Amino acid sequence: MKNLRRKVYMVAGYNTIAMGTGRKEFSPKKERPGLEEYMKEAGQGVLKQIGGAQNVDECVIGNFMASRFNKQANLAAFFPFIDPGLHGKPATRVEGACCSGGLALMTGIRSILAETAEVVLVMGVEVQNTVKAIYGADILAGAGWFKKRKEGHAYFFPGQFSNRAGAYFEKYGRQKTMNAFAVWFQNAIENARLCPTAQEYHNTIGDLQACALTEPNGKAFVDNLNVYCCSKVSDGASAIAIVSEEGLQRCGIAKGDAVEVTGWGHAVDDITQDAADPSELSTTKLAVSNALKSAGITIHKIGTAEIHDCFTIAGVMAVEAMGLAEKGKGADYILEGHTSRTGDFPINTTGGLIGWGHPTGGTGVHQAITIWEQLTGKAGANQIEIKSEKPYGLSVNMGGDDKTLVSIVYKKAE
Amino acid sequence: MTYEERLQHVTVLGAAGKMGSGILLLTAVEMADLSLKPENKGKSFVLNAVDVSDEALSGVMKYLRAQVLKIAEKKAVALRKVYADNKNLIENYDIIDQYVFDVLSLVRPTTRLEAAFDSRMIFEAIKEDPALKVSIFSGISSSNPYNPWFFTNTSSIPITELDEKAGLEGRIIGFHFYNPPAVQKLVEVIKSKNTLKEVEEFALAYAKNLRKVVVPSNDVAGFIGNGHFMRDIIHATGEVNRLSNDFPFAEGVYIINKISQDYLIRPMGIFQLIDYVGVDVCSYIMSVMNPNLKDEYLHSPMLDKYLSLGIKGGQYADGSQKDGILKYEKGKPIAVFDIEKEAYVTFADIQQEADDRLGPMPSAPAWKSVVANPLRESILQSYFTELKGYHGLGAELAKAYALKSCAIGKKLVSDGVAFNEKDVNTVLLTGFFHAYGPINNYLD
Repeated sequence: MKNLRRKVYMVAGYNTIAMGTGRKEFSPKKERPGLEEYMKEAGQGVLKQIGGAQNVDECVIGNFMASRFNKQANLAAFFPFIDPGLHGKPATRVEGACCSGGLALMTGIRSILAETAEVVLVMGVEVQNTVKAIYGADILAGAGWFKKRKEGHAYFFPGQFSNRAGAYFEKYGRQKTMNAFAVWFQNAIENARLCPTAQEYHNTIGDLQACALTEPNGKAFVDNLNVYCCSKVSDGASAIAIVSEEGLQRCGIAKGDAVEVTGWGHAVDDITQDAADPSELSTTKLAVSNALKSAGITIHKIGTAEIHDCFTIAGVMAVEAMGLAEKGKGADYILEGHTSRTGDFPINTTGGLIGWGHPTGGTGVHQAITIWEQLTGKAGANQIEIKSEKPYGLSVNMGGDDKTLVSIVYKKAE
Repeated sequence: MTYEERLQHVTVLGAAGKMGSGILLLTAVEMADLSLKPENKGKSFVLNAVDVSDEALSGVMKYLRAQVLKIAEKKAVALRKVYADNKNLIENYDIIDQYVFDVLSLVRPTTRLEAAFDSRMIFEAIKEDPALKVSIFSGISSSNPYNPWFFTNTSSIPITELDEKAGLEGRIIGFHFYNPPAVQKLVEVIKSKNTLKEVEEFALAYAKNLRKVVVPSNDVAGFIGNGHFMRDIIHATGEVNRLSNDFPFAEGVYIINKISQDYLIRPMGIFQLIDYVGVDVCSYIMSVMNPNLKDEYLHSPMLDKYLSLGIKGGQYADGSQKDGILKYEKGKPIAVFDIEKEAYVTFADIQQEADDRLGPMPSAPAWKSVVANPLRESILQSYFTELKGYHGLGAELAKAYALKSCAIGKKLVSDGVAFNEKDVNTVLLTGFFHAYGPINNYLD
């Protein structure tokens, strides 16, 4: 990649609670906040930190399926509802399934680089508990090719990734991989228990690994994954400001409170085609490799990463796609403890999709916020040590079955 | 006639009732699943839902629709395979909707008993009235050319009596669901002296397909479930009577309800259970059982008194609890009807004094935390060991209650109602959701 024409920063992240089963406040029978409330809370959370709506030049919102979960489209026009000061400003809604948040970030980054904005308010949102999981599965299946829906599983995406898990088991061994799933789950929950906004913050399961080793039951769910292998249904919004150097000054924010975007990889694959090798995430691999190349670093410079673990098997394969382990060795890498918060490559330090939650359109933005918090020392109880020889952060946001990818490299601003 | 042929034309009598609607639901789903098998394409399946009121039947169709929808949502994984060949059904929503339609399409609600004249199978869940049952069975049997089989849900009338009086020649079996049939796992199966072998075989196959636990019971009035429950009631009301020497009436009821629930770790206290079933129903079951009992007369003056005051309990159409011996708020008892004052006395007014007089209570675990706990056995063992060491009024009442329940269970075996002690325990565990069987050695 050419050198960027100017520096791009991210600051002032804000997450709502990831709401859904597991949170004490959640009851499927009680009325809950809607899409509007989540957007308002997250948007105002950022505006408060950047000196108000008058400092914002442009807004972007990532969302996957509000048109079906909430019967609501035209989300860009909700920004003036968040704050009347946003009335009359440009705003855009972007969609790329579970990578919608990542696409929102990329859209904001490009506006800064295009010099059409100095401060972009970027948000991701999804409110999915409006329907039962069995119908939510239909809606989320829109991240795949609709012509394949008929032949797919009732729980379409768990079915897709169960098939990937099956292929992986066959090649590299079932028990070892399931053990790695269990460790992945434990790390996710333990990290989430430290984070008050996480969906699993209230999780009280005693033996997490034993629980995660529950034998999958294909009759009731899918053949190769159990429910602990899956991210849950979540409602939530996350927002962050993407700004130029001038934008930082305008908002009165010190550089030390910001992260700089030093590279990215943004790639798509043909949605109509099945993966050539279901035991690997080839588009993820390409996006991460592009991101590292554009930042001019290797994976060994990364101090922490936010990975798209919609399913534990996606976590295992992502570890390989990122180049942390050879093909077939991802499970070993996880079992050896590298990815835990005390390991040498901490992953998903606020719980990731399985622990923090997965409000699909919001996830990409949540990932950026966790990296921003970790690199600037704002992660509270979740804070890990960022060593000087590994000062970078990485996020990997995936839409569909390895189809739309955004991977971003961050570094604390200097 | 094969299992499937038998289920191609079925009638449920009393289909709008509490039990009948559940039996209708389970049968409709079983029949629909058969009709959706590729080999049964083109065959007709008919399920008559017969009851006396059009209004109630319209209510039951709403209930059916809501319940089938829930069932369909739960088995969507399997339903995708069932409808794999239908290209128009793509999303779960489409498939679930079609399944609900297919199940409801089998059901023909009607107030005309004649509908049963073409059925091969009759499920009966009408009023617990021997003469009425006999007259309906013989009426159908004489007008139906197919020699239909009768599955009666009676919980108290001997099957042999119904068989012989209606002239069914063994085409009948007791198939006693527990309330609510859609949820409760237990079915008591009771043969008459003459029940045909193929009727019994069908009953077991049908129960298996419905994923029910079958406990065979001998053809003695009340069978196992009510055989225990009714005598449990007699003991409980007797205890209230005994306590009335020392306690105001309302406190006695409160105490025995608490003993039977909290001290004995049951899902509900005995008086709540009576309300759940209905005071009138309990009293009626006793009266139906009595003519068939030797050396024993089941009767509770306390229940008679409540009924004379119009206190009946039972449930509303939506399944919520009506006030009865106890008064309920959000399904939880909060007051007791005082026969002497003819008014409800709130727990809050009597609880403190009653609890004080019960003396120290061992640390009883909540029923909910025990019933599905893998360590259940050891939790119960250590609780009852602790209870043995307590000697306050509450502990003594609890021990006496548990021992009486055990004795009732053992008598059901020695009287030949149950084939063995295990069957008695299975009925209480699965039909009454108890955390342990009444026949145990916890207090030995």
